[in-house]
Amino acid sequence: MSFLLFQGSVTVYLLATAAYLVFFFNKKQEIRRIGYFLFLTAVCLHSLTIVARYFEAGYTPITSHHETVSFFAWSLSCCYLTFRWRYTVKNLGVFVCLLVLALMLVAAFSSREIVPLAPALQSWWLPIHASVTLIAYGFLALACIGGCMYLLQEREIKTKRFGLFYSRLPSLETLDTLNHHCLSIGFPLLTLGLITGSIWAKQAWGAYWHWDPKETWSLVTWFLYAAVVHQRFTVGWRGRRAALLSIIAFLSVLFTLWGVSFLLKGIHTYAS
Amino acid sequence: MRRDTIVLLGVNHKTTPLAVREKLALSSGYEEPLRALQDLKEVREYYLLSTCNRVEILFTCQNVELAKARVLERLFTSAVSAEDLNQHIYQHVNDDAVGHLFQVAASLDSMIVGETQILGQLKEAYRHAAKKRCTGFILNKLLHKSFSVAKRVRSETRIGASAVSISYAAVELARKIFGGLDGKKVLLVGAGEMAELAAEHLVGQGVTEVVVANRTLQRAVDLARCYNGRAVALEELLDQLQQVDILISSTGSPDLILRKEDVRPVMRERRNRPLFFIDIAVPRDLDPAINDLDNIYLYDIDDLHNVVEMNRSERDKEAIKAKRIIAEEQLKFGKWLANMESTPTIIQLRAGVEKLVRAEVEKTMGRLNNMEEMDRQGLEKMIAAITGKMVYHPLSYLKTEHHCISLHDRIKTVRDLYQLDSSDNDQGPA
Repeated sequence: MSFLLFQGSVTVYLLATAAYLVFFFNKKQEIRRIGYFLFLTAVCLHSLTIVARYFEAGYTPITSHHETVSFFAWSLSCCYLTFRWRYTVKNLGVFVCLLVLALMLVAAFSSREIVPLAPALQSWWLPIHASVTLIAYGFLALACIGGCMYLLQEREIKTKRFGLFYSRLPSLETLDTLNHHCLSIGFPLLTLGLITGSIWAKQAWGAYWHWDPKETWSLVTWFLYAAVVHQRFTVGWRGRRAALLSIIAFLSVLFTLWGVSFLLKGIHTYAS
Repeated sequence: MRRDTIVLLGVNHKTTPLAVREKLALSSGYEEPLRALQDLKEVREYYLLSTCNRVEILFTCQNVELAKARVLERLFTSAVSAEDLNQHIYQHVNDDAVGHLFQVAASLDSMIVGETQILGQLKEAYRHAAKKRCTGFILNKLLHKSFSVAKRVRSETRIGASAVSISYAAVELARKIFGGLDGKKVLLVGAGEMAELAAEHLVGQGVTEVVVANRTLQRAVDLARCYNGRAVALEELLDQLQQVDILISSTGSPDLILRKEDVRPVMRERRNRPLFFIDIAVPRDLDPAINDLDNIYLYDIDDLHNVVEMNRSERDKEAIKAKRIIAEEQLKFGKWLANMESTPTIIQLRAGVEKLVRAEVEKTMGRLNNMEEMDRQGLEKMIAAITGKMVYHPLSYLKTEHHCISLHDRIKTVRDLYQLDSSDNDQGPA
């Protein structure tokens, strides 16, 4: 059941991305509306997928690689929708859709097997720690997308050569606000994720901190974001530097998520 | 009786330097000048338009030269000498006047082609004139027509949509940097006309404060007053940079007035809020290296030209389309005016013939008012039918285009034949 829903949501995400891409190039408003409608449908299907998987597996489905990435994509979509509800950022949807689709494809190609949960992981902290962290990642991903758009737009304005992006991307100010907004929500959530993780580690493994690779890299990521946020709110860093740092910090997020699990083995792996 | 001639007199930014325009501008509002013209017998209908870039008077009269002299005398002689006036003022008559008015309304004659403010100013001016009953049948029709022409041009062409001039390009860039311009502050360095124009455009887009810095403070104060802004000395430039968002520089200075090293510390003070520098001076006022600093965007006149060039070919196409629409509407209005010329004759002819028929009918049948309703209606119908048949040929002679006989001659022929101008035509043939 959840598999069917998953396939359905991937398909609709694909259609939404296609519609948004068409809108990006020909700027027709009706197509944007169609794209948005498709995207909403896909998010609904995706939510149902997660609920269905919860009942099939009997635990919160954020443990295996497939589940984690799928949940990551879902939280990114939701973050985008909350942001869209408050502000309008021209053509943000295209970039978000592309990233969500990429994540969904990664999820689609990893093993969908439901493995029984290891006794150490059977705790109420699982849904809290995992979902808070992944929602934080969602906002940080959005900040990274905003950063990329900022750099593209800024380059065209600075070099005075107007190409594909000048008319299609929103103003620099809007993109900077996006960065500000996402960091000021994403960073506290990331901190919360780290704290809950550490409490859970105490319960499961008996110590708050183990220095296993995943934990170490989470800390590195946290410090990177702390640096951006600090510079932003005290020194007044903004624009290009803030955008660049948000992108670098997000690469560290991706490494924490994948690099650590596949390159550096530790106890903090997905259920296996 | 000849139809009145439509005359348009005016000065605008193309024909007249600012110094003269300033003196001619009706700065005290429309009330006073409208009242000044009220008792002029030479003009029948009139209206006045005064904006930053133009002053125009539109009126109808019988004797053009006399009326023109009188109007100018009443309005402007106290401000400018007669030679100055004659040198700068342009005059359009009839069709040309109509065409010119349409161009103004459609914003083809504006300094910033395609700007939308002018239509509002035109309507405002018309409202004043109409309230004082200065406009009549012809001008009412003409001005309303000009509003609808402007709307047509805007909806059928994209003349307002693309960057059509330097200052428009500057505004568009500012939008891409700041998002909205509401609440932003602009600093004018040097009080050149180009800078003024750009500032005006920015204010129109929501910029709230204008600060003017100029070598001669008096000029700065004058200009600042136009925008309810402040004037500062040129030496305070760096302090001001901490507060403003957009700087437009157009001084005649041969050297750079701002260098990269001057600006760098300012950004720290500003907490890196973006700055947009527009340098429209030749030679340049601002160090090109400033553009290398983060969160500062520097555009000089050539860069802005390039932005404009990107939109030019499209703009030209749109302007041609707009001119075509105006020519079309001008033609239609000309037809209406021409028909206006024959309208009194038509009405008179119809009334005269109907009167004759009615008189003959009443002579035979007795007063119509005393008859039974049924009979009366029948006879009324008959009178109308006979009148219609009687005037059909002369009217079609009047209305159809004729190659060799002008409308004017045709009107004259009909009036002579039916003796419409003789005072005793009330009696008619016995």
